[in-house]
Amino acid sequence: MSRKKLGSGTLQLKTPPVILSSAAMVGKKEKQGPLGEYFDHWQDDEYCGESSFEKAESFLQKEAMKYAFQKAKISEKDLDLVFAGDLLNQCISSNYSLRDSGVQFFGLYGACSTMVEGLILSSMAIDGGFADRCAAVTSSHFCSSERQYRFPLEYGGFRPQSAQWTVTGAGCAVVASEGNGVKINRLCPGAIIDMKITDMANMGAAMAPAAALTLKRFFDDTATGPDDYDLILSGDLGKIGATLLVELLKTDHIYLGENYNDCGCMIFDPKRQDVHSGGSGCGCVASVLCGYILPQMMKKTWKKVLVMGTGALMSPTSIMQGESVPGIAHLVELSAQ
Amino acid sequence: MNYVSSFFVGGLFCVVGQILIERTRLTPARILVGYVVVGVFLSAVGAYEPLLKFGHSGASVPLTGFGHLLAEGVRKGIAEKGFLGILTGGLTSTAAGITAAIVFSLLASLIFKPKMK
Amino acid sequence: MRSEDYQQLVWKHTPKKPLWKGCLGAFLIGGTICLLGEVFQEIYLALGLEETVASAMESVTLVFCSILLTGFGVYDNLSRVAGAGTLVPITGFANAMSSPVMEFRVEGMVLGIGPKIFSVAGSVIAYGVAASTLYGLIY
Repeated sequence: MSRKKLGSGTLQLKTPPVILSSAAMVGKKEKQGPLGEYFDHWQDDEYCGESSFEKAESFLQKEAMKYAFQKAKISEKDLDLVFAGDLLNQCISSNYSLRDSGVQFFGLYGACSTMVEGLILSSMAIDGGFADRCAAVTSSHFCSSERQYRFPLEYGGFRPQSAQWTVTGAGCAVVASEGNGVKINRLCPGAIIDMKITDMANMGAAMAPAAALTLKRFFDDTATGPDDYDLILSGDLGKIGATLLVELLKTDHIYLGENYNDCGCMIFDPKRQDVHSGGSGCGCVASVLCGYILPQMMKKTWKKVLVMGTGALMSPTSIMQGESVPGIAHLVELSAQ
Repeated sequence: MNYVSSFFVGGLFCVVGQILIERTRLTPARILVGYVVVGVFLSAVGAYEPLLKFGHSGASVPLTGFGHLLAEGVRKGIAEKGFLGILTGGLTSTAAGITAAIVFSLLASLIFKPKMK
Repeated sequence: MRSEDYQQLVWKHTPKKPLWKGCLGAFLIGGTICLLGEVFQEIYLALGLEETVASAMESVTLVFCSILLTGFGVYDNLSRVAGAGTLVPITGFANAMSSPVMEFRVEGMVLGIGPKIFSVAGSVIAYGVAASTLYGLIY
């Protein structure tokens, strides 16, 4: 009998772990967005001085880790475990950004939900007594994603209104068993939901049902509702996906209000920046959470926050074989101390 | 007059493509393939020659024109070489465009790097 | 919710750009590319080239211009306005060949560029040639 499980699948941490520090490293377009001033550092050059976009993405991860470790006044050696992931095949950005660190490492793939997946696993490892300090790291890069999932950068393809813009950025959060920072109280890992969306350019629509399921499960298991939180945040549903999430939850009599927002809608200005439905990618929720939300929570701007990482679990291969896009959403409940 | 008809006919070919992109599930790559095959077909039934007479570059520059060129090459090949012309004609007549695209692309890769948008 | 119902909900909430806007861009820019082609042809004819040579040179010139614009990172910006206007003309074919070549150069000259050069254009050539061969067999 599991002692820390509530209801159908929410995990209650016994001694809530603490996010000691977090940092975000972004690209130029993200810097020019509405949250630009909050990110720790940014890179003007899409290659970050490297020879390929994949190497540039690794660089972003390394930088995010560097700033997060500085803030927590630790070094890599003080970490027991690192959970890292990205969008590229075989998670190369993470494998290469951590290859010189010597830290015990788990590579994750949860598409754009990876940041929250990393936080969940870090919390479980710490609350389970297997680690004292963990880090969750993810990244994405517009250029490396485009060439893997879509078309070459200079190809004059067609970008429909439902398409989202992959965020160039990385985020790192240091989670510890004790200390000052933002507490992680409860976790709700997601299940894969596939509503047979076959349009790869409408990822928000593919992910929204998974987000609705996770959020409903969490509210049911904990007997809470949207009004109990200062902020409810989804990862990268974008404009279309966020609207769909609100609509889906209405059918379950859960009404999201002003306190709901989506990182994909926050990071870019749709009027000024030509991003269609909003931002996406592992780096989207990672940079917004690590650069903006967590530091603001440490200043007590918000006290109780739900963060949901949403992922569209497709690959170019499965899409070409005519498969639909499955979605997943992982959730963590955060509170300021 | 040639300029006006080129502009008009070429523009219409593109409008048809735009409608296909936005209102069907066809991807750009499929539309390109479709255009070439349709070009071959129109040329085969003898409809492309009059279109070229009227539309000039407006009919030759869109990829249907590429299809027409392939079909025309096959016709010419058969006239000159008989059965072998079926195999050699198409690529012979389109060789200039394809070779130019290959060579210039390779040169471009030596000079240019893709950029963030 | 059944997936059919959900797909209807998605369709309802997915914004659609007015069709005339895309068509206008496609018409103007696509038409201009063809017009430019005609200008090149007239120039080559005026230089005394035979008609078939002039039209082949017209294609070569358009291909060159397209790849130059692709190299400078302009062609895909143009295509945002033009849509099919930059896709359907032969310049789109040239863009489909040069853009993967530039992109995959980091994976090496032989195994990076070689297979990717025909990633989109390959289908066009393959099915074009297949269709014309079929036509030749019937002809």
